[in-house]
Amino acid sequence: MIVADRKPIEELLGMVEDCKKILVVGCKGCVTVCNVGGLKEVEVLAATMKIARKKAGNPLEIAEHVLERQCDREYVSQLGEEVNDYDAVLSMACGVGPQFLSEMYKEQSFFPAVNTTFFGGATQHGVWEERCAGCGTCGIHMFGGLCPIARCAKSLLHGPCGGSSNGICEVNKETECIWDSIVKKKMEAGQLEDLLGVKNFKSWKTARDGGPRRSIREELVQGNI
Amino acid sequence: MRLSYPADIKVIQVPCTGRVDIIHLLNAIEDGADGVYVAGCLEGECHYREGNLKARRKVTYVKKVLTDLGIEPERVEMYNLSSAQGARFAEIANEMAEKIKTLGPTPLAKDSAA
Repeated sequence: MIVADRKPIEELLGMVEDCKKILVVGCKGCVTVCNVGGLKEVEVLAATMKIARKKAGNPLEIAEHVLERQCDREYVSQLGEEVNDYDAVLSMACGVGPQFLSEMYKEQSFFPAVNTTFFGGATQHGVWEERCAGCGTCGIHMFGGLCPIARCAKSLLHGPCGGSSNGICEVNKETECIWDSIVKKKMEAGQLEDLLGVKNFKSWKTARDGGPRRSIREELVQGNI
Repeated sequence: MRLSYPADIKVIQVPCTGRVDIIHLLNAIEDGADGVYVAGCLEGECHYREGNLKARRKVTYVKKVLTDLGIEPERVEMYNLSSAQGARFAEIANEMAEKIKTLGPTPLAKDSAA
């Protein structure tokens, strides 16, 4: 899923300091799963902002709405033109949300309430870790099921660098050297020779380097199947 | 026992303090409460295993929110006592009421519509 962190409350209050009436829009997708932008978080953010503004003697009226997803126009359209009744709108979805909202409701100002961080999963309750860099050409199977593009600080494809020490990456003591894990896993499976083969060049044309990407499924574009 | 406790405390009953959520505590503050405390069962004695422990974590979270907003975190507290400890209930109520009196009215009061 897409993982995000909520922005600090001071930053959010600063975004809407001139507003009297705002809308906070949550998303039931990834940000609900990573507990940052779902119904509960929308309620808590709205209450927190209202408390802050009441304390400042400048009350803020806040409406709350949670969309099924903010990355599909069908759901974004459910907000309707009443979105323009507010001085501003805070989106608690990933970075896709405020953009889909801005594209549909051109007269309104949309602010991101979260910092979108990475594609990852929960390794324990409350802890999420990056697992995918969305490079567009997946080769996880070549590395024992562990992605060195997302999980190696240098995205190395041919083994660990000199900064690997006792299985830990030199960049951060909390970060495992994924190449250490890949090699260990392959050794345990008796498949170390898999790593010795010459691999084709990694195509980076499909990665972010080639600019914004688009995925087209012709059969869906033509109609429902 | 006929113990008395301050009349300015409003008791809201819940089946278990695990039912108390962050939003309930925030809403109370937002609506003008000078303080809120959660009175849960003794730790390790929760009928639902960990409702009171969850409540304590929520109280801790709300304390952090209040601190971020420049509001005294002591306005929100968690207490643990058994339902058989009537005297302790009154004692906690007095303690919390005294603490809030020391802190003074909520800083939201001047604009609170509630």
